[in-house]
Order: sequence, then C-alpha cells, then structure tokens
Amino acid sequence: MTASGIPINNRPNLPRSPVAAALLRSVARTPLNVLLATVALLWLIPTLGLFLTSLLSPVEISQGGWWRVLSQPALLTVENYRDILANEAITSALITTLWVSVGGTAATLLLAAFTAYAFAWLEFPGRDWLFLCVVALLVVPVQMTLIPLFSLYNDVGLFDTVLGLILFHTAFGLPFSIFLLRNFFLGIPKDLFEAGRIDGGSTLQLFWRIALPLGRPALASLAIFEFLWNWNDFLIALTFGRDTQVVTVAIFSQLRQYGSNIELIAPASFLSLALPLVVFFAFQRSFASGLLAGSID
Amino acid sequence: MLSAAAGNVRTGAKGDRSRRSWRAHVVPLCFVAPAALLLGIWLIYPVLYTVVRSFFDRSGEHWIGVGNYVELFTSDFLVTAIKNNALWVAVVPAVVTAFGLILAVLTERISWGTAFRLVVFMPMAISLFTAGVIWRLVYEKEPDRGALNAVIAAGQETLRPAGKLAEAVPSTSAVREQPAGGLALAKSLSPGDVALLGLTQIPTSEVPKGGVDAVRPSSLSSGVTGVVWRDFRPGGGAPGRVERGELGLGTVAVELRDERGQMISETTTEIDGTFAFEQVPRGSYVVSIAAQNFERPFEGIAWLGASLITPAIMIAYTWVWTGFALVVIAAGLAVLPRELLEAARLDGASESQVLRHITVPLLAPVLTAVFVTMLINVLKVFDVVLAIAPGSVQDDANVIALAMWRTAFGGKNDFGLASAIAVLLLVLVLPSLFLNMRRFRRQA
Repeated sequence: MTASGIPINNRPNLPRSPVAAALLRSVARTPLNVLLATVALLWLIPTLGLFLTSLLSPVEISQGGWWRVLSQPALLTVENYRDILANEAITSALITTLWVSVGGTAATLLLAAFTAYAFAWLEFPGRDWLFLCVVALLVVPVQMTLIPLFSLYNDVGLFDTVLGLILFHTAFGLPFSIFLLRNFFLGIPKDLFEAGRIDGGSTLQLFWRIALPLGRPALASLAIFEFLWNWNDFLIALTFGRDTQVVTVAIFSQLRQYGSNIELIAPASFLSLALPLVVFFAFQRSFASGLLAGSID
Repeated sequence: MLSAAAGNVRTGAKGDRSRRSWRAHVVPLCFVAPAALLLGIWLIYPVLYTVVRSFFDRSGEHWIGVGNYVELFTSDFLVTAIKNNALWVAVVPAVVTAFGLILAVLTERISWGTAFRLVVFMPMAISLFTAGVIWRLVYEKEPDRGALNAVIAAGQETLRPAGKLAEAVPSTSAVREQPAGGLALAKSLSPGDVALLGLTQIPTSEVPKGGVDAVRPSSLSSGVTGVVWRDFRPGGGAPGRVERGELGLGTVAVELRDERGQMISETTTEIDGTFAFEQVPRGSYVVSIAAQNFERPFEGIAWLGASLITPAIMIAYTWVWTGFALVVIAAGLAVLPRELLEAARLDGASESQVLRHITVPLLAPVLTAVFVTMLINVLKVFDVVLAIAPGSVQDDANVIALAMWRTAFGGKNDFGLASAIAVLLLVLVLPSLFLNMRRFRRQA
C-alpha cells in the first residue's frame, strides 16, 4: 500500500485530513472488498458443505442438500459422528494414520538432521556429489518406486505393516528435508562451531548442542510439513496396505459404493481433515515460511 | 540468505586432522550412512529396477525391447491418459499462477489481506484425496443434493420456470407434438370450430387444487373456442370427450397460428380450461398449447459424466493450489521495491500498466518458480482424480499417474507396461531436475 511520506494522490480536490482520506479510500475500495469477500466465500463453501453434510442424519441427507440447515438449524445432529466413532474400521484407521504420521515425521527429521549437518559442516570424500544426488532424488515420482518396492515388501514381510509405511514415508521425506536443513545449517555462523571445538566438543556434541538447538525453526516447519504430508498420503497407503488402512484409504473403500453411505464418508472425511486444519491454523507462520524455503530461495 | 556462510573451513586445524584421519572419515560416514541406506533401498534401487523392468513383458521373463513403449503410445487407454495430462499441463499451471498473481495484487489493497490469504490457503493443508471427496459432493447431479447444480437450478428457475404440464401427453392422436415444442390439434380449424385439447399422465401432485370440472365451450361464429383439460377421471372415461369429473386446466398458455405457422393470437385458459379467440378472420388455423407449459425442470448437469469430468477435476485442483501460488507470490510482492511502483503511479501509469510493465517483470523469477512447481504437480496428479471420478468414467478422466497405478495394481497387473508408464512420468519431470541443479549451484 502507500508508503508513508508519499502523497496518496496528487489531485488537489481531495481532503487533506488523514481520517477523511482513509474513509474515502475505503469507500473507493468497496467493490474490491465485495469481490474478494465473494472469492473467500467460494473458497469456504465446499468445505462447509462437507461439514454440514456430516451433521445431517442419513434420512435428512437423502432428502436434500446441506444448505437447508441454514434455515432449519434443528436438523443438525452429531449422530453420524457417534456412529463412526463406534465404527472400528474408521477408528483403527485414524490410529494407524496417527502412528504412520508421527513415526515417519520423527524418523525423517532425525536422519535428515544428521545427514544435513554432515553435508553442511563435515569434510568427507564425495560429499558434494552425494548432495547433488540427494537434490536429484527430489524430483523422482513415487510411481517410479511402487513396483519394485511392492515386490520387495512382499518378500521381506513389510507389506501391509505400519513399519513398512513409516519407512516409505521416511525415505521419501529425506531428500527435501536434507536439502532444507543443510541450507539452514550453513547459515549458522562458523565461529560458533570453532569455539565449541576449541572447548573440546566432539562432532556429535557440536551437532547436538549447537546445530540442533539453532536449527529449531527449520526443524519445526519441517516437522509440520512432514506430518501433514504423511497424514494426507493416499497413494502409498493404498499400494502398500490391505488391512492396514489409513483414513484416506478407509474412506476410499467406502467411496466405491458411493451414494448409500455418505453419512459415513462425510464425517470420516471431516475428521481426516480436522487435524491438518488445526495444525495449519496453529502453526501457520512456520507453515508459510517452510513453504517459501522449499519453493523459492 | 545462506550462501555467504558457506566457507571452506569446516573442521579443525590441519595437523589435527591427519592425526585423527580415521575419525575424520568414520564420523561423517556415521552421520550420513542411515539416510544413504534408506535412499539407496527406497529410491535409487527402485528407479533403476523400474527402468530395466520396463523392457520386459508382463511376466518379467522375456525381454521385449521397446514393446511396452509402443503400447504406451498406441493403446486407447493410455493415449487418453496422455492427452488428458497434456490438457492439464496446458491449462492448470497457467490458471493457478494467474489466479495467485491477481489475488496477491488485490489482497495488498484490503485491510483483511492476511485473513483472505489464510482462507484461500486452507485447502493446501488438507489431503488432495479429501479435497476430492469435498468436490464430489459439490458436483452431485441432483440439484437438491449437489451445491453447484442447486445454484444453477435456482438461476434457471428465475429465467425459465418449469412448466406445470412437464409430464403431460396427449390423450388421443388428435393432438400431436409439434417440432417447435408444444402440442397442437392435428386438424386445422376455421372460425366456429371448437378445439378439444385433452391431456393425460399429469401426476396427481401437479393437478391444480380446487380445480373445477372441464366444460365443453359453445362455438363462436367469428372465433375459435376450445378447452384444455385433464382427459382422465378415476375409473377411466372415454378419451377425447369432455366428461363429468374431468378437471379443466386453468392458466395454460394457448396459441393460435395460421397455416404458415405465423402467430395470430395467444391467450390463457380459464379455471374450467376453456379459452376463446375472438374476431378471427376467415381461413384455417392451428390451435396449440404453448411450449413453455411443457418446460421440464432443470435436471442437473452431469459434472461427473464422461464429457465434463476432466474440467470438473481441474476446478477442484485449482481450488486446492491457488492458495500456494497466492502465498508464494504475495511473499515475492512484499519485497518488491515500493518506490518503483509509486513512481510509476505518480507518472500517471494506470494500475494495469503498473502490473504489466513493472510488477510482472520484477516478479518473473517467483512466477516461474510457481509455474514450474505446478507443472510438476500436474504431471503427477493422481489422488484427486481417483477421489472425484466415479469408476465408470475413470477411463475418460485418466491421467498418466493414474494409468500407471491402475495398470500395475488396479486389476491389469502388468508390471512391464506399468514400469514403462512410470518411466514416461520420470522423463517428463526430468527437466525440473536441471532447474533444481541450477538453483543448487547458485546457492553453493
């Protein structure tokens, strides 16, 4: 917006008082405000529709759209949520998803931090080539790995296990995490490490006492990212699980018989997106900064 | 922000290093090894295996050279997928980047820009699969279930309200359907004649309440009279005759046309179904019940049908990713030199000129980054297609990533062909690798 010190407009017939000018400006911007409010509403309505549908009883769902509750709030009920929380397939899927997400995130962060530190501050042969390799792996589509890993998982008994999903997510989270953390660790002043070494610190101590604490902002946004990425996964869990279902896959198996069981799909979908939304709103600052670090730098 | 710190000195003094040379090698190895092992098994080995596997047949025992690749570009199933993906590439990255730019510029001018960005960014937090479920609800066909068709139905109802005779059909062959819509008496009439326009199959719910029995009007020497009635009564009745207990249909639009189809006069029926055209000159005429009476109610657009499914999924995908473009571009916008924009405005440049000649060129690196990111995302699109497209139209909505999955795991179980599809995907995203490399070199 207008920087201070620069006149808002050089036409002489405008009021000079700042209050009046601000008022005039806001009136001139009413159409813009209306336009953007409409866009914001368009962005909210689909999710709102899912939420309100999830709060309609099965009978009401079959009789018409969710928008009826705007005029008849009495239609709202938590009946569906009570039902799916008693539905073992859904609750166990939610717990599996939580395990996979937490496990995958913790493992990725730990391994990536060690590796990124080595790439940033340790000297070893082939270091830069290895890092280049990691950068190259950033672009590999998941599809390139599904077939060999499907066979491998079947051979070693990782198929249809939580551990198998965690390891897959960890491996696929590594390239981006290493890339991001290495760049962050490189930004730590060298003097800090030298001082630590003079004081007799080992490499592990320098990593643990200096790099990790200073890297906390990067680790935090990475953790949010990885958690959401793992929580929101569909393809990997669909391919490498059968009875070990995460929530998106559980919903998908309901979706195949669509129409009859929307009273189950809607609340389950809403539960599956509620946690990411809470995480997102709670940590939106880290979220956005992580996003920026990943895409443009 | 980081490159300045990347010095060459990383460990202690030289003499120190040679004394502990084994440690200097082993310690970094311990730091790197676990991740390297995982990357080796889960990424590098599979990539190499898939490339090799793509030259073997379904069983994996016979080398068939480029056979799978030939099939890739000849079978209908896969050609559709490639065509659809090409459409995705042509449309979605450009639209998302443009939306992001426009919204980023506009949100700078409102006081609640942060809140707006938060709302538009929100879909980024939820899974593409769940986003697909959300939009599948939006796209439901029946206007009383799908929100999008409900909005269209509301608009339609104000512009072209549904007729009250939508279901009605003639009771005898004396009344026939017309090419232009509406029902007409087959026989042409002259002044003094009486037109009997009997209809049946009107659902009970559509029958006017408080209606009265139909009346056969008397003839008029210088005009045409007639009646529109429900030629049916409980227990039957003779078709084509106005009988007791058969209801007249009121407020129905009736038209009188000459033999060339030229409209002479129009009127509406009374409550007993009768109507009259007075002062009609000699000649022969056609009497018809106007087309608008039979206007069917809006039945909903089949967003999830074969022809609209890809655009429908693209809309959902754009809904998800616009927030990404908006946030990244807004961040780029925030660090632009304000003086330049203000100077241009003071020199009398219009807002669109400022946007075109100053903002966009300055933002070019950011816009390119968003565009390329979207390009890669769109090449790999999968979840949202599987979530939105019902099984019956998945062939029409097919994209490369989905084709790969369905070929390998969706019943076809052809690992050779599926590997070839995966390799195609890799080749398509490979150019972005070089962009990444350039970025890396710039930073290092």
